[in-house]
Amino acid sequence: MRTSLFITCYNDTLYPETGRAVVHLLERLGVPLDFKPQQTCCGQMHANTGFRAEAFSQAKRFVRLYQDAENVVIPSSSCVAMIRDQYPGLFEELGNEVLRRQFTALLPRVYELSEFLIDKLGVEDVGASFHHRVTYHASCHGVRALHLGDRPYRLLAKVRGLAQMPLPNTDRCCGFGGTFSVKNGDVSSAMMLVKLQEILSTGAEYCTALDNSCLMHLGGAMHRQFASMKTIHLAQILASTDAGEEIA
Amino acid sequence: MSHHEANHPILDPTIAPSFPVAALPILRNPQLRKNVAHATEVIQAKRGKLVAEKQDWQQLRSAASAIRNHVLENLGAYLEQFEARCTAAGGTVHWAADAAEARQIILDILREEKASEVIKIKTMTSAEIQLNPFLEAAGIKAYETDLAEIILQLGNDEPSHIVVPALHVNRSQVRDIFARTMDLKDLSDEPKALTNAARNYLRRKFLNIPTAISGANFLVAETGSVAVVESEGNGRMCLTLPRTLITLAGIEKVLPRFQDLEVMLQILARSATGERMNPYNSIWTGTTPGDGPQRFHVVLLDNGRSGILAQKTERQTLKCIRCAACMNACPVYRQTGGHAYGSVYPGPIGAILTPQLMQMHHAQSLPYASSLCGACYEVCPVKINIPEVLLELRAKVTDQERGQLNRFSDPMYIGLRIANLLFARAWLFHTAQWFGRIGLGLFTRKDGWIHSLPSVGAKWTQTRDLRGLPGQTFHGWWANRAKEAK
Repeated sequence: MRTSLFITCYNDTLYPETGRAVVHLLERLGVPLDFKPQQTCCGQMHANTGFRAEAFSQAKRFVRLYQDAENVVIPSSSCVAMIRDQYPGLFEELGNEVLRRQFTALLPRVYELSEFLIDKLGVEDVGASFHHRVTYHASCHGVRALHLGDRPYRLLAKVRGLAQMPLPNTDRCCGFGGTFSVKNGDVSSAMMLVKLQEILSTGAEYCTALDNSCLMHLGGAMHRQFASMKTIHLAQILASTDAGEEIA
Repeated sequence: MSHHEANHPILDPTIAPSFPVAALPILRNPQLRKNVAHATEVIQAKRGKLVAEKQDWQQLRSAASAIRNHVLENLGAYLEQFEARCTAAGGTVHWAADAAEARQIILDILREEKASEVIKIKTMTSAEIQLNPFLEAAGIKAYETDLAEIILQLGNDEPSHIVVPALHVNRSQVRDIFARTMDLKDLSDEPKALTNAARNYLRRKFLNIPTAISGANFLVAETGSVAVVESEGNGRMCLTLPRTLITLAGIEKVLPRFQDLEVMLQILARSATGERMNPYNSIWTGTTPGDGPQRFHVVLLDNGRSGILAQKTERQTLKCIRCAACMNACPVYRQTGGHAYGSVYPGPIGAILTPQLMQMHHAQSLPYASSLCGACYEVCPVKINIPEVLLELRAKVTDQERGQLNRFSDPMYIGLRIANLLFARAWLFHTAQWFGRIGLGLFTRKDGWIHSLPSVGAKWTQTRDLRGLPGQTFHGWWANRAKEAK
């Protein structure tokens, strides 16, 4: 048994650098990872769009795949929120007692990355260096579903050379919202523009978060608007050292 | 009538356009968005301050939530108790199964009173049953007396918020409406001048019209009392001066005991207007000879509510005490205001209440009018888990779509069904990633970014670029690394 990395479907496809950073970071901290190649998706996209039967099958798949894992680390707070907040209801509705028990046993071992570092490993200083001005975007799921609180800020505070640029109205949604971003693309964009203005006004060089989904939305808008600011997952900042581990 | 005018907000869910369609013209109205953002910001700040000073806020929330849950579990018994006590105190209780019945009951009472005019306290429930246009068609003119409702009535507009209905209108717009409709050319936009204009307009109505219609914030089963809270005193006038009073209340408004008002009035004032207490709290029981209205009717409105009560997850919708804290906190509402929701109940609570009141036959776009950010649940004083209900309703809407032929013309539906097949087998998912890289590669420019996509993708690229898919997936990298390590 080993700590297992659940990379999530969109990080696997769109942001492999985040997964690589998690691997480098945790190996540096003495936590070798296991990676199950059969993994696909937690079912969040389906559940949040109303495709509950489909979400069921992915939830089942997740539990069967990880029931024996020592811990599961997930670098995406919204996927962890899916597992914590929605799986219990799904399994109750499904009425499969064996699966429900397996899930209940597994749940306390499922961690979002910042939780794993601070709560499980008990480290705040991960030995990272990142000589840039950085603002942290607190995603809704991290704030209100996982109650991550000041964990990400504590991790950032210990990164050498990093200057935290405070962001106003941190608890407000950036407008991504999964399929909301296309189903209500206009409203989503209006919300994003408000958030983007606040982010750009911090004067940071990087906007970081624990969800690449928000960052895909905000970073896509930054690129469209020729902004010089870039987005980066927190794992990539924490993986960076003066020895020059990859960040991009 | 006015409803056919272009740009007039449609708050009838049976004919209103879908949320994304209705939101678009509002997003293009910078003045309206500025008004909404400013107003919600101000109310939210006031609420935040007053909630912070209350050290037992979370206990109050828990108490309020427990009271409301208890009511819903015993609704029938408490309603019957209310009916008995209210009747014993001289009131007359009517039961209305739907909007049409409620309208007819109210019209019959007004006909009996030979009323040609009626004064009203702000009641969103009367807007829910579209009472004013119905009465007007029957030859009875209904005069709103709440300042915001006057602004809307005189300005031929519709409410966009349940506590602050004219939140989308600013001071200078109010001035223009009053100047035009009250024939006051030199009116200034000073709050005092505007209030005076409204006061002059209202005073004549209060003194001359002997019949009033109110809503109810709470019904008390134990005593048969009705409670109405307000800020302007117009309610107090309507509740005390007329000969006849008709109160229209949703069946969920009942509380078990008089003492429960202690919790509910504290939590309502702080959540709704950011006040420690509402300036006017009117609580009355039946009729009192020689004091106040001598004829008192209560119309208890179901209109879909008992259907909601029967649903395990959705039932909590009926805990709502209409404080609108969820609206003020909602980042979607902040952009669109209330009219986009096509219902008298906008914002997060409207997004779950309206489709259910329509028995899921209309307003199916509303459960999707949320990014699921959870701000509404966080501020809800009675702990309605709005995101949870939104998801439940989305599942119902999707299940409706599964039975429809046109689902095959919905790219989102097809995409999600296919994605489900791919996620069931890793090798299929990995193959799809490979094809996806080839496919998106056709749209990826030299800078490595996608600037324009077709179909649903266009909704993304209208404001956002998308980084082209990287050459190697994470699982591909992991497999290579494992091979090299050997």
